[in-house]
Amino acid sequence: MEKIQIIAVIVSLLFLTYIGYLIIKGKLREEYAIIWIICTGILLIFSVWRKGLDFFANLLGVVAPPNIVFTAAIFAILIYLLHLSVVVSKLQSKTKILAQEIALLKQELDTLKKDSNSKK
Amino acid sequence: MPLSIAVVIPAYNEEASIASVIDEIQRLTLTTNYRIQAVVINDNSTDRTAEILAKLPCVAIHLPTNLGIGGAVQTGLMFAKKYNYDFAIQVDGDGQHPAEKIIELIHFSQKQQYDVVIGSRYLLGKGFQSTRLRRFGIRYFSWIHKLITGQKITDSTSGFRLLNKKAILAISEIYPDEYPEPEALIIYYKLKLRVGELPVEMRSRQGGKSSISTFASVYYLLKVTLAVIFTSCRKIA
Repeated sequence: MEKIQIIAVIVSLLFLTYIGYLIIKGKLREEYAIIWIICTGILLIFSVWRKGLDFFANLLGVVAPPNIVFTAAIFAILIYLLHLSVVVSKLQSKTKILAQEIALLKQELDTLKKDSNSKK
Repeated sequence: MPLSIAVVIPAYNEEASIASVIDEIQRLTLTTNYRIQAVVINDNSTDRTAEILAKLPCVAIHLPTNLGIGGAVQTGLMFAKKYNYDFAIQVDGDGQHPAEKIIELIHFSQKQQYDVVIGSRYLLGKGFQSTRLRRFGIRYFSWIHKLITGQKITDSTSGFRLLNKKAILAISEIYPDEYPEPEALIIYYKLKLRVGELPVEMRSRQGGKSSISTFASVYYLLKVTLAVIFTSCRKIA
């Protein structure tokens, strides 16, 4: 194994450990962790399997193998960012509904309190 | 049974003007046919709006987070729906809209059988006409609206709007966010609600700041254009 491979494997493993830690601490939900685990898995495979990149470059007819890495990585990042925007939009509409319901309930509670106070 | 009217007033940092807006509504002389209730939605104001509201004769709904004008108005419509109001009329908290026109809007809606009536600054061209840039924007929205629906609406961004019960029930759950007025018009069209306009003289704001700064107006233009186009493509149940 080359030096860079060892470094790559170590970094990937550290990353995987950190994801595990986040899940255990409840800071990352499993559904979002899946994609990170898969990505790390892919990184690990290519760190160990040096010829892998050339193999896929050959298969797809890419002249410079590193270009595959950039293209694939950027594409994956864009898709994931889009997914996150969808998640944020969903959250926003949910918090909006919550805020509105709370406000209406608070108002109702206030009137009820006032009514019962005036009856006393 | 008198007809009940909820005057929905979205208020974000309107400490300077909110009292006079409520006062104007209180001073309306109504026949026994109508029962009017001012409903202020305090959109998590950071000034003394909440404090002032506590002393005013109105229903005050305090949002726990700032939702923007769309979310605030929607809360008012939800209130109107919850308590079965016959009409909801949106009036800005900054004193731009003349409250004395409320009854006229209602008569107009009843007589012409309009589900939604918009108070328009531009039908007669009297009173406060807004800045040149904004007039251009409003003309542009009217043009897009006409392109999509074939309807002519002169003041598509006017927030002075009356909704009857049918319209309240139809839109309170799907009322758009952020800059909702032009978008809501498309929804009314898709829901086959009848929309009419009545000329209204507006004043320049009495206090507070516009929700749209000049810097944000480009964003506003783009956002609303997108929203209007996508809303017109969306299926609305």
